[in-house]
Amino acid sequence: MKALSRAFMILIFGILYVPMMILVLFSFNKDNSTGSFGGFSLRWYGELFSNADAFVALRNTLILAVCSAALATVIGTLAAVGMHKMKNKYVKGAVNSLTNVPMMNPEIVTGISMMLLFVFVGGMLHLTNSLSFWTMLIAHTTFNLPYVILSVMPKLRQMDKHLPEAAMDLGCTQLQAFFKVELHQILPGIITGAMMAFTMSLDDFVISLFTSGIDFQTLPIYIYTMTKKKVTPDVYALFTLMMAIIFLLMLLIQLRRSGESSKEKNGGKG
Amino acid sequence: MNKNIAEAVPPPERKRVKLPIFSEIAAVPHMVWLALFVVLPLIFVVYYAFTDIKGDFTFANIAALSQHAGTFLTSVCYALIATAICLLIGYPLAFAISRASAKRQGLLIMLLMIPMWMNLLIRTYSLMAILDDGGIINGLLSAVGLPELHIIGTAGAVIFGMVYDFFPYMVLPIYSVMTKQDTRLIEAAYDLGCNRLSAHFKVTLPLSVPGIVSGITMVFVPSISTFYISQKLGGGTKELIGDTIERQINNPATRNVGAAISLVMMILILISVTVMNKFSDDDDKGGVII
Amino acid sequence: MKKRVLLLLSVTVIVLLAIFTISCGQNEKVVLNVYNWGEYISDGSDDSLDVNAAFEEYCKEQGLDVEVNYMMFDSNESMYNKIKTGAVSYDVVVPSDYMIARMIEEDMLRPLNYSNIPNFQYVDSGYLNPYYDPEQQYTVPYFVGIVGIIYNTKYVDDADIGGWDLMWNEKYSGKILQFNNSRDAFGTAMFKNGDSVNVTDEATWRKALGELKAQKPLLQAYVMDEIFNKMETESAWIAAYYAGDFLAMYEENPNLAFYYPEGGTNIFADAMCIPKTAANPEIAEMYINFMLEQEIGSANSEFVYYATPNTLVNENTEYIEYMESVYEGAMDILAPEFPEGYNLEYYHNFDDETLQMVNSLWEELKIDSGTDDGSVADVGVYITCVVIVVAVAAGFTVRYIIHRKRRKYY
Repeated sequence: MKALSRAFMILIFGILYVPMMILVLFSFNKDNSTGSFGGFSLRWYGELFSNADAFVALRNTLILAVCSAALATVIGTLAAVGMHKMKNKYVKGAVNSLTNVPMMNPEIVTGISMMLLFVFVGGMLHLTNSLSFWTMLIAHTTFNLPYVILSVMPKLRQMDKHLPEAAMDLGCTQLQAFFKVELHQILPGIITGAMMAFTMSLDDFVISLFTSGIDFQTLPIYIYTMTKKKVTPDVYALFTLMMAIIFLLMLLIQLRRSGESSKEKNGGKG
Repeated sequence: MNKNIAEAVPPPERKRVKLPIFSEIAAVPHMVWLALFVVLPLIFVVYYAFTDIKGDFTFANIAALSQHAGTFLTSVCYALIATAICLLIGYPLAFAISRASAKRQGLLIMLLMIPMWMNLLIRTYSLMAILDDGGIINGLLSAVGLPELHIIGTAGAVIFGMVYDFFPYMVLPIYSVMTKQDTRLIEAAYDLGCNRLSAHFKVTLPLSVPGIVSGITMVFVPSISTFYISQKLGGGTKELIGDTIERQINNPATRNVGAAISLVMMILILISVTVMNKFSDDDDKGGVII
Repeated sequence: MKKRVLLLLSVTVIVLLAIFTISCGQNEKVVLNVYNWGEYISDGSDDSLDVNAAFEEYCKEQGLDVEVNYMMFDSNESMYNKIKTGAVSYDVVVPSDYMIARMIEEDMLRPLNYSNIPNFQYVDSGYLNPYYDPEQQYTVPYFVGIVGIIYNTKYVDDADIGGWDLMWNEKYSGKILQFNNSRDAFGTAMFKNGDSVNVTDEATWRKALGELKAQKPLLQAYVMDEIFNKMETESAWIAAYYAGDFLAMYEENPNLAFYYPEGGTNIFADAMCIPKTAANPEIAEMYINFMLEQEIGSANSEFVYYATPNTLVNENTEYIEYMESVYEGAMDILAPEFPEGYNLEYYHNFDDETLQMVNSLWEELKIDSGTDDGSVADVGVYITCVVIVVAVAAGFTVRYIIHRKRRKYY
């Protein structure tokens, strides 16, 4: 049974990673092709570093992901706290369902609806650029919010509601009680929510496509607009680098975690 | 312990000033946000769906939908199959991960999430490089003397693309529900005479339903509305409803028809998702996502 | 825990500050917004000249602090949309001919002050006063191209080439690519039928639609950018595309060959224009003039491979040598001579009614599920689907029955 489940996992992860490996392989392609491999070379990495646009797009993607995740985390955490304490059943139900709408709605509909709104408002205000970084930030925050709220909510439910009261009995002000007790309790949920929001924002293409403006193009849009010509391996090189960095980070986190857990173990024994 | 003490000894009546920020008021920014950026945009979609290019009220856009019924049916079928495959693969995978050691679980989940950080476009593009007639699979086949396979442009390619791109979204919610399950329940089932298999189907599976429902939603919705996957892997000859919407919206002359299709698709999806959520009669939906 | 919160907060603050400085630091600079096709300018990759950086440098020499904000679009229609909706304001845009005609008609372009563009004198007289700008008021041509058929000599018999019907040849079923945009796709069918691509009567267009519907089962895909990969890797063998792009493909796969089909074909011109809404028209004119410099024009031409109307470039022996090194006979392909009576046509702009007709015909083609080929796989899809639905329904029924039984017992 165990061997079977292991084999199954290896198979699935294998299929998941084969296209990634192909992508890495072709980033080292000598030829200008994403289809046939001509030989090993670092040509596309050189090309990538002389291509400012790709890095600007990458930078934009990261800025947008961090900002929208941060904004969504703040609003979302507050919202979760507020919704948790809501008494009126109907208001609560309405807010709950509306919160889920951007998550359940097809991305293309969310993107289109936002574009229609932004362009209309921009037209009303006679803006020269009604689509900008800010519209993308709004759009990304909107679809990130449900993920934050849904990650924080269960932590609030699990939390013993007498805990903040106990803290206040012990002399905390309400503010202190919130930061020392409640926030502490729901922090894992907040972090998960922020991570989730960051991931969603990084991965989003459809909503960005409809809400991106002139002065702010993210990586997916950059790739999509390579349409007139072709996708060259330097994009693959960029993704290989990104993947390498992510793997490195993961490795560090894993190492730290295992370090921590062994420390804890030792501490427990001592 | 805490709870017992707190209940046994009622706190002394002290006047506390309740700061509004820790009550319902905290949700106000979110509610304003919802009104401005969720409800209002949808009103715009409705407005466009019921007006013509000059802004006059009309039902013509809705009437024009009938010619897209076939495309819509195709999309539903593709998405349904992709979702079913994701579930068939994703459920055992989630189960296997949730039973791995805690340290390995973190690693496996990370491995599952990394592809999501690599952009969908580039993942799909590399799939194309593999599946194409002159791609890597056919290169290998012809190297060993087998006949070439024609994959790109078939329904199979599109469905494979959907499964490949979206199946982490199936695994994650199921996994997160499974890890939260109390393992003592399984032990209790064993004690009551269940074998492994029946314990799984009587305890683990029913408890995982919220995760499964969430996973189905998260795979089905992007699958039914995708346009990039069908463009690249379907060769543009397999039209899905997402392609239709994208083309219509990007053309100012047909934007209103596009809005009408979006509106109808949205309503249908929201209804089916709501109905499906009824099956996960669990109040704790929150933890389902991750 | 606290540390982590602090870390998170400080990261957020730093990023926000960074954004603030990015958005505020450009106040003194003039930002020139250029909107062009993707990969349509020499951008410094592959040891080429970075034209936009060179322009910034050039402006600096003139005592101007200019930053070029170079944005790319993927189709004339999306570019038009962004400008029409007022969503964005650009200083220089490079639309294609028919779109320029439409933009002029809708008063979206600003007349150029040609005295600010002295290099305009070097534009080939053959490209002056084109149909889309008959009085030569709004445009400076950037690149021109002609559609031809690219085929793979390894698989395609020489006997079959020559006309547009190669794209309808059943011998090569599943290996043919068609344009994924209405005008070009209908164009291939109309040239095949020997019709003009600028007629507005529905019968002619319906006839072309019939051709395209008949072609659909033979096609591997409707494509734009994927054509490069598909032709280079020999996934597909036959496609209509632009001459300049053929040269790029030939560089990767020398089995490819190219011809201009008998009867007629489409020529396009992309030209630089300044929208009415431009914020910096003078600098935009400087930019346009700069693009016509011999060195800059040659760099762009050697990067893009399309034919240029700039005589300074076409007389540049270095450029000619370079192109011939890519493909022997490159210049004959880029500047071909057609026999008398050959129907070399621009796409003209249509009125709304015709546009709507073309749209709905294209829609009809796209949602046409075909009859013979793909249907087998699709029947499989529907059957699988029904099986899934039945299985799910059965599952729920069983569950329901079990539940009821249980209720009975307890």
